Amino acid sequence: METPVTLVSGARKGIGRSLVERYLEQGHFVVGCSRQESDLEHPRYAHHCTDVADEAGVTEMFARIRKEQGRLDHVLNNAGIASMNHALLTPLSTVRTIFETNVMGTFLLCREGARVMSKRKYGRIVNFATVATPLRLEGEAAYAASKAAVVSLTEVLAREFAPFGITVNAVGPTPVPTDLIKSVPQEKMDALLARQAIKRFGTMDDVGNACDFFLRKESDFITSQTLYLGGV
Amino acid sequence: MSNLRNTVLTLVTEAATELNPGLEEPIALEMGEDAPLYGKEGVLDSLDLVSLILLIEEKTSDELGKTVTLTSDRALSSHRSPFRTVGSVTDYVLALAA
Repeated sequence: METPVTLVSGARKGIGRSLVERYLEQGHFVVGCSRQESDLEHPRYAHHCTDVADEAGVTEMFARIRKEQGRLDHVLNNAGIASMNHALLTPLSTVRTIFETNVMGTFLLCREGARVMSKRKYGRIVNFATVATPLRLEGEAAYAASKAAVVSLTEVLAREFAPFGITVNAVGPTPVPTDLIKSVPQEKMDALLARQAIKRFGTMDDVGNACDFFLRKESDFITSQTLYLGGV
Repeated sequence: MSNLRNTVLTLVTEAATELNPGLEEPIALEMGEDAPLYGKEGVLDSLDLVSLILLIEEKTSDELGKTVTLTSDRALSSHRSPFRTVGSVTDYVLALAA
């Protein structure tokens, strides 16, 4: 069997790092990207220091993937930033930064990923949404709105990429204990978990399991879907 | 004809050759630069055109070391599309790569 090539953005830590390790274990060649270097060393791992919102950097990274790996099977658009703040106190620069990484970054990786995938008429793209959008979480206006845009991108790109054999889906994790949420007050977190059907934190495995499902070869009839975890 | 134009013409022709096996009606490469691509006389539908543009952009980057974007809003909506024939798209790539 040929070795599938899987790209994970935001690969240095948190959910991204766990996805990198998960797909290395499953025998994939994994390409990770993040703004900073990774300390992960593995014969089937290549790391790119790339900001997903930087078009030139992203284009160059995909040119290298095309030349060095010669193919791309999966893109996991995990890179994302959040900001917990009342809208009345949120500077526009924060909103811009969130949208640049979460929306522009996702768009760029989808576009460039699908370009490489289109040659073999096969690909799986998994974007990252959040339960903050359907839960309309107060204090997360910019983050939730940026991820609503990701859901919309997912739904339209699914249609545009379908003729090229590429599926586009999204996973919407509940809070998973990572750096992204470490500054959120405990009572906020408890109130959020109480709104889930299954009232616990998500785990890296919960997210990985949903990704596994979307990446399966047999999932070729599943596209344009957003899968929220925890029963949201 | 300049050397650069020859090079671009070759890579456009290579892209069309690569695309041809997947097309219902192949691009008539025996017509050389006059081979129709997209539009009234063309054999490509809009998705075929997307695939051709991707191939040309990739080859331009690999062989000329230049990143060109062939899909400006102007090009796609222009009355006289640069994607009419092999020759017209060659001139268009040449203008962008210059």
